Amino acid sequence: MMEKLVVIGAGMASGRLLEHLFEADPTAYDVTLFNAEPRGNYNRIMLSPVLSGEKSYAEIVTHDDAWYAQNNVTCRFGERVERIDRDRKMVVGAQGEVAYDKLVIATGSDPFIIPCDGHDLDGVIAYRDLDDTNRMIDTAPGQRAVVIGGGLLGLEAAAGLRMRGLDVTVLHLAGHLMERQLDPAAGYLLRADLERRGITVMTEASTKCIRGETCVEAVELQDGTVLPADLVVMAVGIRPAARLAKDNGLIVNKAIEVDAQMRTSDPDIFAVGECIEFAGQLFGLVAPLYDQAKVLAATLLGQDAVFAPKQLSTKLKVTGCDLFSAGDFAEGPGREDVVFRDPARGIYKRLVIEDDQLVGAVMYGDTADANWFFGLIKDGTDIAEMRETLIFGPAYQGGAAVDPLAAVAALPADAEICGCNGVCKGQIVAAIDGGATDLGAVRATTKASASCGTCTGLVEQVLAATLGDAFQMPAAQPVCGCTDLSHEDVRRLIKSQALKSQPAVWQELGWSTPNGCHICRPAVNFYLLADWPLEYQDDPQSRFVNERKHANIQKDGTFSVVPRMWGGITTADELRAIADAADKYDVPTVKVTGGQRIDLLGVKGEDLPAMWADLNAAGLVSGHAYSKGLRTVKTCVGTDHCRFGTQDSTGLGIRLEKRLWGSWTPHKVKLAVSGCPRNCAEATCKDVGIVCVESGFEIGVGGAAGMDVKEVEPLVKVATEDEAVEWTVAFVQLYREHAKYLDRPYKWLSKVGLDWVQQTLTDAAERKALVDRFDLSQTIYQTDPWAELAVREKARAFAPIADLTLEAAE
Amino acid sequence: MSWIDVGAVTDIPLRGARVVKTPAGCVALFRTETAEVFATSNTCAHKGGPLSEGIVHGRHVTCPLHNWVWSLETGEAQGADDGRIATYPTRIEGGRILIDGAAIGKRTAA
Ligand SMILES: Cc1cc2nc3c(=O)[nH]c(=O)nc-3n(C[C@H](O)[C@H](O)[C@H](O)COP(=O)(O)OP(=O)(O)OC[C@H]3O[C@@H](n4cnc5c(N)ncnc54)[C@H](O)[C@@H]3O)c2cc1C
Ligand code: SF4
Ligand code: FES
Repeated sequence: MMEKLVVIGAGMASGRLLEHLFEADPTAYDVTLFNAEPRGNYNRIMLSPVLSGEKSYAEIVTHDDAWYAQNNVTCRFGERVERIDRDRKMVVGAQGEVAYDKLVIATGSDPFIIPCDGHDLDGVIAYRDLDDTNRMIDTAPGQRAVVIGGGLLGLEAAAGLRMRGLDVTVLHLAGHLMERQLDPAAGYLLRADLERRGITVMTEASTKCIRGETCVEAVELQDGTVLPADLVVMAVGIRPAARLAKDNGLIVNKAIEVDAQMRTSDPDIFAVGECIEFAGQLFGLVAPLYDQAKVLAATLLGQDAVFAPKQLSTKLKVTGCDLFSAGDFAEGPGREDVVFRDPARGIYKRLVIEDDQLVGAVMYGDTADANWFFGLIKDGTDIAEMRETLIFGPAYQGGAAVDPLAAVAALPADAEICGCNGVCKGQIVAAIDGGATDLGAVRATTKASASCGTCTGLVEQVLAATLGDAFQMPAAQPVCGCTDLSHEDVRRLIKSQALKSQPAVWQELGWSTPNGCHICRPAVNFYLLADWPLEYQDDPQSRFVNERKHANIQKDGTFSVVPRMWGGITTADELRAIADAADKYDVPTVKVTGGQRIDLLGVKGEDLPAMWADLNAAGLVSGHAYSKGLRTVKTCVGTDHCRFGTQDSTGLGIRLEKRLWGSWTPHKVKLAVSGCPRNCAEATCKDVGIVCVESGFEIGVGGAAGMDVKEVEPLVKVATEDEAVEWTVAFVQLYREHAKYLDRPYKWLSKVGLDWVQQTLTDAAERKALVDRFDLSQTIYQTDPWAELAVREKARAFAPIADLTLEAAE
Repeated sequence: MSWIDVGAVTDIPLRGARVVKTPAGCVALFRTETAEVFATSNTCAHKGGPLSEGIVHGRHVTCPLHNWVWSLETGEAQGADDGRIATYPTRIEGGRILIDGAAIGKRTAA
């Protein structure tokens, strides 16, 4: 007499289970198969090719009617099991009961639906089964689809919808796509690939609600953005479908708990697939489900078998997007990274090595060797012998090192190399082909690097890349150990290649580390925010502590606080507020600075937010005494009080400070305005110093009074205060756009020459354009950091995350 | 080992750090770009700089005072510098950071 086996759920796991079972012993069980979907087993993972039109449904059916008939399977498709009567050993379906000797639960997962307003509108779907897929296929080309979730499923849905001609936007909560499988560098390449297909990608996008009467009309984000939509696909994750088991008294944690034989807490009930939990682990890919199916088949036939989870790998099934991720690149100590980037071909590879074994791999653009790497991970192969060349794959046997010229060689012909004269790489290469074989000759024929000269290094690299050994590269100083490019090269390429994020810079310029170091990151962060104020978002974690905490760190780890005093002018009320703060927070030292400000020294880090809030309340804002940005504008009393005064030097100083404060610059910038040539404000040793005379204003630039002492060089003399402001702002912006990070203006001027600066600024249109760009940037960056950080949530970051000393003291 | 929950992973910014006060002194908790968490002494072995205020790159932190670079995993100074800072075992469980209580000199209730 055959035993009765009932299987709930005809999915990928149960399909494989039945195959193994019938193969090993076709006479062991009399099988009844329930499925909530009105169809039998099919290859769910191939729904994506069905969506994109690369396959038909018929092609992905794994078991057809003939197969069920041949194996005597009683099919109850389209019938959901509501209850299990464990006492009577009966499964209760919508159309009646079936008795079992052994029961298998293989109910898979349910898609997670964000319970926001409008989630139940018509046109809001998940991506799980054939019905969802057909709904997408039936949406007309040209309609607008919003896919919520930029993981594997969401991106496959987005790519498929795009191939069907829809207008597709992907919303993703994290900072980069597929953040669980990819690191930011690979996420950047993936995003670029999808955008090239016409898919809009929005990261850090959090859905607030879905709008519509009966059908979906739009998706609204937390930041207020409204995206019109005719179809919304939610692909934000899955939940194991364990309710049936839980309601019927089986032990369920996050999913149905099973042992290594796939047995649940009831010895006659088994579970397999995404609905199970084994040793605290959940499963969402088919590879482990197939292993489980094999083990369960053996268990049901009374044989010994043990399930052991293995390493998993991920691939995205979007034709043309080659990515691969496997193993563990996210957690655990004792590891070393090997990074390889080829900007020309859009390739990124990263290997994670621990104790001479490969433990993780991420690759994008070239996954040809993925299986070989995956094999090394799974087998725990000792890679000590091939460590140095491992990243080049199995075919590689001893050969060339990575080419330092790769990033420049990869640039397209229309990449602008010289910004001053608008010379592209193609023109330089043409000049070289025409016989210009050194820098001087290229300069003479194309004018490249003939003006400010900061692109000299790049022109030389183009020469080297084009002429090969025939050109001797002079050694340029690279930014740091992460790259062979100089600061000037990086700045130029950020502009000409429109690189707008850190991962874009790391990848396109071939960085050798995953995310730079303490030398290059602050520089690149500044270049990006200076060149792309609207597109790039400042990254506090790429700043030196003073600019992150908005206070100067002192040698004992305490901080100093300096409120802004516009042009050095203060009031009795402000002084009282400063004195109160000094008392309240036990400030040991109060000092007057050389820039006419008051410095409160010795403040504890965790007191900063409260102290700022107090000073803010008295109308005081941050003096940026810690920043690479505008520090102070020092003034004398001018015509207000002094008998020698020729102009309102105090007023001009205040006006300049109000215009310039808050802007980030390559290094600190100090200004001064003196009311007459007696120069009481010491304007002639400042970065910009203005000396007032009867007939107007003499603007000098490039002074210094630090390690180097230098008198300013005359930039221009202007007649009106408005002009003095315009020239000053334009000069500061030119410095922001061109100088190397950590070059004070005088250093920068010694490289580009005062002549070039004068020429540039004399052009009225250019001057105005510079002022406009400065003002645009100020719309974003001219904010008081004290006010921003003193708010509760931000202030918390200044305190310890936890204090474990308290209880111990008891 | 006795694991103590000190907070959520997301309480630390990516490529950032926070401090935990412990009986063994201030411990810095670092979060790297790939969302790993490491714990080391907050005190630089060079001249006592607060390491939690440094720039985190790869699995390293650079001290804000004189730019010594420390490995977050081994506690060894990198490059030409010589020295070592204490490191403490941590674990991430369900988005929470756990630190080894025994290592930081904390007895558990049991
Ligand atoms: C579009 C898509 C692409 C994917 N791509 C990949 C990939 O590339 N690689 C990969 O490894 N994985 C991929 N997956 C995941 C993979 O499909 C799943 O891991 C796998 O299908 C899970 O198998 P299962 O048998 O546990 O569940 P399922 O295949 O989901 O089967 C469960 C079945 O049980 C039925 N059911 C549920 N409750 C009841 C009930 N009470 N009564 C009766 N029937 C019920 C359901 O209707 C369903 O048909 C993809 C998934 C999707 C949706
Ligand atoms: S610089 Fe001239 S105007 Fe200004 S305070 Fe001195 S003497 Fe007076
Ligand atoms: S105190 Fe850390 S480097 Fe000097």
